[in-house]
Amino acid sequence: MNSPVLGKDLLGLETLSAEQIRLILDTAGPLKEISERTIKKVPALRGMTIVNLFFEASTRTRISFEFAEKRLSADTVNVGAAGSSVSKGETLVDTARNLEAMRIDMVVIRHGASGAAKFLADRIESKVVNAGDGTHEHPTQGLLDLLTLRDRLGDLAGRRVCICGDVLHSRVARSNLWGLKKLGAEVAVCGPRSLLPNAIDEMGVKVFDRIEAAIEWAEALNILRLQLERMQGGYIPSLREYNRVFGVTRERLDRAPRDIIIMHPGPMNRGVEIDSDVADGPHSVILDQVTNGVAIRMAVLYLLAGGRPEGG
Amino acid sequence: MARTLRRMADEIVERFSGTEDLILVGIQRRGVQLAERIAGYITEREGAIVALGALDITLYRDDLQTIGPRPVVGKTDLPLSLDHRTVVIVDDVLYTGRTVRAAMDELADFGRPARIALAVLVDRGGRELPIHADIVGKRIQAPSELRVDVLIREVDGEDGVVTVPREGEG
Amino acid sequence: MDSILLRGGRVVDPSQNLDAIGDVLVEGDAIAHAGSPLGEVRRDGGLMVIDCAGRIVAPGFIDVHCHLREPGREDVETIATGAMAAAAGGFTAVCAMPNTDPVTDNQAAVGFIVRQAQRAGSARVYPIGAVSLGQRGDSLAEFGEMVGAGAVGVSDDGKPVASAQLMRSALEYARTFNIPVADHCEEPTLAKGGAMNEGVVSARLGLKGIPSEAEEIMAIRDILLARRTGGHVHLCHMSTRGSVELIRWGKDRGIRVTAEVCPHHLSLTEDAVEGYDTNAKMNPPLRTADDVEALREAVRDGTIDLVATDHAPHHYDEKERAFSDAPNGIVGLETALAVVVTHLVVPGIIAWPLLVDRMSTTPARVFGLQGGTLRRGTVADITIFDPAVAWTVDPDTFLSKGRNSPYRGKALTGRATCTIVGGRVVYGDGRREMGDGR
Repeated sequence: MNSPVLGKDLLGLETLSAEQIRLILDTAGPLKEISERTIKKVPALRGMTIVNLFFEASTRTRISFEFAEKRLSADTVNVGAAGSSVSKGETLVDTARNLEAMRIDMVVIRHGASGAAKFLADRIESKVVNAGDGTHEHPTQGLLDLLTLRDRLGDLAGRRVCICGDVLHSRVARSNLWGLKKLGAEVAVCGPRSLLPNAIDEMGVKVFDRIEAAIEWAEALNILRLQLERMQGGYIPSLREYNRVFGVTRERLDRAPRDIIIMHPGPMNRGVEIDSDVADGPHSVILDQVTNGVAIRMAVLYLLAGGRPEGG
Repeated sequence: MARTLRRMADEIVERFSGTEDLILVGIQRRGVQLAERIAGYITEREGAIVALGALDITLYRDDLQTIGPRPVVGKTDLPLSLDHRTVVIVDDVLYTGRTVRAAMDELADFGRPARIALAVLVDRGGRELPIHADIVGKRIQAPSELRVDVLIREVDGEDGVVTVPREGEG
Repeated sequence: MDSILLRGGRVVDPSQNLDAIGDVLVEGDAIAHAGSPLGEVRRDGGLMVIDCAGRIVAPGFIDVHCHLREPGREDVETIATGAMAAAAGGFTAVCAMPNTDPVTDNQAAVGFIVRQAQRAGSARVYPIGAVSLGQRGDSLAEFGEMVGAGAVGVSDDGKPVASAQLMRSALEYARTFNIPVADHCEEPTLAKGGAMNEGVVSARLGLKGIPSEAEEIMAIRDILLARRTGGHVHLCHMSTRGSVELIRWGKDRGIRVTAEVCPHHLSLTEDAVEGYDTNAKMNPPLRTADDVEALREAVRDGTIDLVATDHAPHHYDEKERAFSDAPNGIVGLETALAVVVTHLVVPGIIAWPLLVDRMSTTPARVFGLQGGTLRRGTVADITIFDPAVAWTVDPDTFLSKGRNSPYRGKALTGRATCTIVGGRVVYGDGRREMGDGR
């Protein structure tokens, strides 16, 4: 039984239509209210079993999914890489088969390899939600970013959003890029060329080499986390220089022709890609993103959970 | 329809002896507008403002697995505490009773009303649960092959009650 | 002495500029006649007559690049299963790359492969020895000893010879034995961690890319070292337009460079990776349509000398992994001919004599092997194939133990029907009949 609106799985935003994305956002809106109630729980997914399968450590995304599941009354089991059979060399395919044998309804998977969520989805009947696969996609993050922007800007058609930083290694960047483009926004990226895909010019986005130019152009900045490993990888010389050249600082924002919405998927490196007074400033919607994250995940789980019987 | 709603407003006031502690909670979608109209008639008659709320029971339904999710979830909006109040659930059509059961489940998550009552514009029979309406605008006996729809001008552009053959699924 | 008469086929032998309907007669392990139709043939011993009407009779195909996994991974392929798969694909001889476990880097290891191939009694298997001990890239393996035991070339394939100095030494030292040094061209720091071609598809899929320059930098390095040393460098599995241009540059200057291309690089693009299909993962990776076009043209004009399979079987569950974790390589022996027919001959890029040249005559010449010709008196290694038969690839029917093919379910044209090695039928289609020729 596949969801009549989303199909069996949520693997990425590249494969969704604009209508499907709007539907998820429209569903998430009213769900936000549930988190404001005294009893933050509705019985929609009662009796449904969801496994949160996290091959990579992630606190935020896992907690957000867990809240979403619990607020919809699903039964959840968390499987982390450390200490599980996953760390004992069990392959992804064996993990998939074991999950299938336990007759679970849904799997939320985070994995370090691009395509891992699709790999799992192709091999099990349970519905699969991609909670981040390698450097490919992180669709629920993309959706919550869209919801946050839509809350502030309304219709995103023609709105100018710049994704800043390590686009090359970022699944968040890819999901944002597809989602924004599908909703008609103008998308730009800004970062050192060593951290942008070489083929970025073929991906239908504007490229800014200087953050000052991006700030002048954009209505919203989505600032990506700079992984500290990128220095060892030889992509950039130092965090200090990164901040000086690409950091989103108060001084730079003060020169902008308009107020710019500031987003960050977290966790932040304050003083590297974003300065504290920007992160905590009046135009930061970073905490709204966290709030919206729960609602988006509730919407995705809810929409995937229901299905029409074949031919019914 | 106006006459029926006005009569229902009268019955509500008489039955619950006034408007104090009364809250009308409409079920999304058409119950919300009906509750607003009934509240308007009560205000005309009593000169008092009646508290209003809206309830979306989509997430409380017991048939998600069979009929699939309603894509857009409406808003549940209960502006004040329900504790010790008289809550009148307002809906357009009473049929199996499952919607009302879901509504009562949801209300229970918001507080402990002194009393819950049910007001419906149309009771078409065909109950599957031990539920009955306290205040009924109109009773009709419709066979299960037929669907009874209430039209209201706020949503449908006109007021009325229509009976149409059921397509494929409920 | 048994004889075989191949009756009425189209005899295509570019080594003699032969392309005509006619007969081929094999006596013992040698070719007694190839070309014009023979009249009645009588022999005192047995005479097997094979009706070759509608077929092409060609000197046996030679694959200078395959991985037979023995010793070390006999669960994945053995010399025997690999040789049978080769015969089924129309190959009468294959060269086995040395990245086995242990590495084929000494005469005993080379001798083992020769003996196993003899026992298998199917297609011939020629060992290629390692360039460096353990393929570690530090010090040269004993080329002379290995050649003495039967090695026909040296390579560290699977890995590049990263050190330019070691490559230079290998090219110089190999001159004594007149063997090619075959190099897997890949600049290791540029290719590190890469899983597919670098481009817009890799950017979309979030897979680390291997830029074409990783191959081209090493290709030109090797060509320049061949110029410096006078050695013969053979560039394995070329995959980019840039490489073709560099090879052309080298050949124009008389540098001893030869090059091969794999059927998959002539037929598939990086788009095959879409959906993270691990059977589209190989190294070098599938490139762009533009690269495919350049490679096809290079096969036609001879810039690329020959077609080789890079046959690389893997156990099915090794490929049942996330894309970046899956091993590189696909099986190729049983689809190579059909892929080349379908993608080069059918569209008119090359004609049959050129196909035979690139898969038989030139491979024999480049690696100094017997065969590659139907000249009277030479060894009777012969491939008979149906040039027009359409078939659908079903890897489950392969004689190779490997099933990892990106052509599963694809419709291809052309298939070997009979393979003769040293005058002996090692693979046949059931159409052969025993008789005395009357």
